[in-house]
Formats: sequence, structure tokens, C-alpha cells
Amino acid sequence: MNQQDLETRFQDKIDREVKIEAKDWMPEAYRKTLIRQISQHAHSEVVGMLPEGNWITRAPSLRRKAALLAKIQDEAGHGLYLYSAAETMGVSRDQLLDELHTGKAKYSSIFNYPALSWSDMGAIGWLVDGAAIMNQVMLQRTSYGPYSRAMIRICKEESFHQRQGYEILLTLVRGSAEQKAMAQDSLNRWWWPSLMMFGPSDAESTHSEQSLKWKVKRKTNDVLRQAFVDATVPQAQYLGLTIPDPDLKWNEETGHWEFGPIDWDEFWNVVKGNGICNRQRLRDRVNAHEEGAWVRDAAVAYAQKKEARKAVVTP
Amino acid sequence: MNQTASPSLFQFVLYMADNCLVLGHRLGEWCGHGPVLEQDIAMTNISLDLIGQARLYYQYAAELEGKGRTEDDLAYLRSEREYTNALLVELPNGDFAHTIARQFLFDAWHLPFLKTLLASPDQGLRDIAGKAVKEATYHLKWSSEWVLRLGDGTEESQLRMQVALDEAWMYRLELLMPAPFEQRLIDAGVLAGPEEIREEWEQTIADTIREATLTTPDDPAVQTGGKTGVHTEHLGHMLADLQYMQRAYPGLEW
Repeated sequence: MNQQDLETRFQDKIDREVKIEAKDWMPEAYRKTLIRQISQHAHSEVVGMLPEGNWITRAPSLRRKAALLAKIQDEAGHGLYLYSAAETMGVSRDQLLDELHTGKAKYSSIFNYPALSWSDMGAIGWLVDGAAIMNQVMLQRTSYGPYSRAMIRICKEESFHQRQGYEILLTLVRGSAEQKAMAQDSLNRWWWPSLMMFGPSDAESTHSEQSLKWKVKRKTNDVLRQAFVDATVPQAQYLGLTIPDPDLKWNEETGHWEFGPIDWDEFWNVVKGNGICNRQRLRDRVNAHEEGAWVRDAAVAYAQKKEARKAVVTP
Repeated sequence: MNQTASPSLFQFVLYMADNCLVLGHRLGEWCGHGPVLEQDIAMTNISLDLIGQARLYYQYAAELEGKGRTEDDLAYLRSEREYTNALLVELPNGDFAHTIARQFLFDAWHLPFLKTLLASPDQGLRDIAGKAVKEATYHLKWSSEWVLRLGDGTEESQLRMQVALDEAWMYRLELLMPAPFEQRLIDAGVLAGPEEIREEWEQTIADTIREATLTTPDDPAVQTGGKTGVHTEHLGHMLADLQYMQRAYPGLEW
């Protein structure tokens, strides 16, 4: 079969909603897109452990401490599923980590913002996980089978995280004036970066069109962003918190919340590495990896010795 | 104090809670910074187990005390002189070998000790030990396997593991030396004496060190003090972090 026929057959499968599996033929560009997207997603889970990790030692109660640890551990687990999904495309975790550590691969820019207060643990769960879920629910139906299946597992845990975050804020707004101010401050700082998580607007998005055709993505950035705003505004109202957007208003005709302009200069600035935490996050990951090298080497050496001894005992 | 409960039992339960919380907190410090993702997850698992056990002990202590204090009051509002954990568990994480040495020496005591609690006449202790013993079995398996991997791994890992073991060595005995509150409970038949677990404890440590091709440290020094609230300088810093929110915003719900 020539290249043209293979591509036609591939697109036909996608159009018929048949999942693409690891051993199936796929265009090189599809493979590259998936590796880029899945690895970015995996890196985001792993780098995303850091801002919340900043509060593990200071969590205000034993119950919260355990819940936060469990949440961050879930994220590490999601990182593992996703690295495994990427590996089905013939790339190793080491290669992917190397790309992260050398700055070639990206991760979600939201994690370059600092977690400054306990209520940020609430805001991250509610808004950041909430925005991520919008994307991930869509990705459960993505055309690449291993990625789709990883997403189905991940979504179950993410919605639990979002509720947990919201519940942290609910406790705060029912508490003292100081606690309520803390919650409002978190919303002020995390709202716009959360809207930016959906990526550039459709007109500016370089990867969108092809990804939609391949059903890697199934909804555009702007559609997902609007769905997030529509879902989140009533939740903020229930908390009695004010969304930091003077232009926010309900449009009766469209049935959507209209929101003000996003500061795309800030977005690109952080994407390009100039956010307050970019260097710190990357350094933390690189340090963990480099300082762990002797441990990983020891595990490999020990396993080889053990194997060699077994070979001697049972020829 | 709850009428039938002895102050010694309350002190002992708090001591167990402090051991678990302090070690669980230390392991939690690794979260996001582990040498490989799988071991990051493993350390968080153990941290979660220990914090879970700490909560059971604190809840039980609060019940024994009967003064309306909660698990969080006991964890967050006692000073470092009131914390009675053994010194071993508060030692800083250091490199991964130090974390493993600390964990292994703790687990080698913790598991057989929990097994003796299963036979305690005190129902509360039996209940907690029943849950904790399964977890501690896994912890000892994990930490001793890592002693083997690091000890019998590369030249560098062996050196690091030996250094870490040497440094932690003088803190291991405190766990087996009864504090006054423990001695009273031993005399009353609530706790088993250290001689009941000493052999198993020594065997586990000696076998693991030998199999890991490491050398048993010959340092005769023994450090104690944790059980009477006299700690290393490290604990105060840990509590400054751990208790920050409750100290900065007294009396609030979170």
C-alpha cells in the first residue's frame, strides 16, 4: 500500500471512531504530535507536584496533610501512566525527561506560578484541576487508544481532587475574615492563569486544526475555556468570592458568561521561561534527577548482580 | 485523665504518635523530589501510612486524656520539649541512603514491636497495632531491600549506604530502652519488655547488613533523650514548619 492509501485508511479509521493502537500504521506527524502532547502532559503532572509540595510540611491539620500528600501522589501516578502511554510510541522515559530537563519540552505554564498560602491548595484543586479536567474529559475520547485509556483512569481521580480543592475553600469562606480574605486573594491570583491553561485563542493556535482532524483534540481551546468559565462562575458565587474580572457578565441570549480580555503578553512571557518560578521548577526537577542518578545506577547494578548469581546457581 | 486510663498509657500512646508523625513528615519532604518517580510514590505511601497511624494514636490519646483535646491539638500545639519521639525519626533526610538507613533501623524495631502490641491487654493498642502491623511489614520489606540495593549496588552507593548507616547507628538503641512511662506499663503487663523483641531486631539488622555486603558499625555511642523531650536541633525546625498555620492562626478550622 502506498503512503497515500495508508493515510486515507488511517483518516477513515479516525472518522469511524476506531481507536489507533500502538502497532497500527500512523503518519509520522501524528506520532510526533502525540508524543509531544502526551509527554507535555506527563511533565505537567510531575512538575505540578512542586507547587503543592510546597505546602505538605505546613498543611494546617493532619487530615489536610494526608489528603494533600495523597493528591500529589496521584499526580506522580498520572505521570507514570502518561510516560507509559508515550513509551508505546517508541520513545523512552529517559529521552522524555532529558527533553524536559534541557528545556526542549514544555509543561503547563500554570505551575510556574507560586503557591503562597494554604488557600492556594484550595484554588489549585478547584481551578487548576478544574481547568485540566475540561481538557481531560475531552481527551478520554482522543483517537490514540493508550492515551485515551490513561485519561479515563486519570479523570476519575482528578474530579476527586477538584472537589477536595473546592472543599478547602468552602471551609475558608465559612471561617474568619482573615480566612475569607486568604481565599479571595488566591482566586485573584489563580483566575487568569487558569483561563490561560487552555492555550492561545483558536485564531492563534498553531496545532489546533490538524489535531481536531485527527481527533487528538475534540474541542477547540476557546470552546473548552468558555465551558470552564460557565462551570466555574456559579461555583465562585456559591463561595461568595468575586472573580477578578470587571467585564464578566451573563449573556442571556448565548447562555454563556462573557469574560474580559486575557493578557496574552503575560501568557507568552511565562511560556518563554520568564515566569517567577520557571527556573526554580526546572532546577528542582533537574536536581532531583541528578541527585537520584547514583540511586538508579545502584538499583540497576544490584539487579544485574542478582541475575548473574542466579545464572551461576541454575546453569 | 479518663478514669480508668493511666497517665503512662497516655504518654506511651503520644510517644508512638510522635514517632509516626515525625517520620511520616520527614518522608513527606521527599514528595516531588525523589530519585525516581516510583520511589517518590513509595515514600509518599509510607509517609501516608505513618501519618494515618499517628492520627489513630493521637485520637486514642485524646480519648484517654478525656479533656476535649483533638488529634490536631496534640500534633500542632505541643512544643518540642513535649514531643517524645525517639531521636532517630527526626534526623534530616540527607541523601537517599540516609533516609533508607533511618527507615530501616526504625522498621526493624517497629514491626516486631507492633507484633507484641497485638497481645497487649489494652484493646485500643491492639486495634491500632492490628492495622499498623500490615503496613510496617511492607515498610520493612521496602527499606531492607533498599539497604541491599545500595549496599550491594555500585561502589558509590555502597560507600554512601555505609556512611549513612554509621551515622544513624548511635540512635537505634533508644527505641529499645524503656522510658519511665514504658517501664511502668511493662511492669503492669500492658507492654512487652524489650528482651522480647531484641533477638529478632538484632537478627534482622545483622542479616541485612551482611547480605548487603556492608560492615556493622563498631561505634559504641548511644544517643537518647527524645523520649524525655530532649531532642536534636532538627526537631524544632520541623515543628516550626509543621505547626506554622495553627500557631499563626490560633483556633481556626481548616
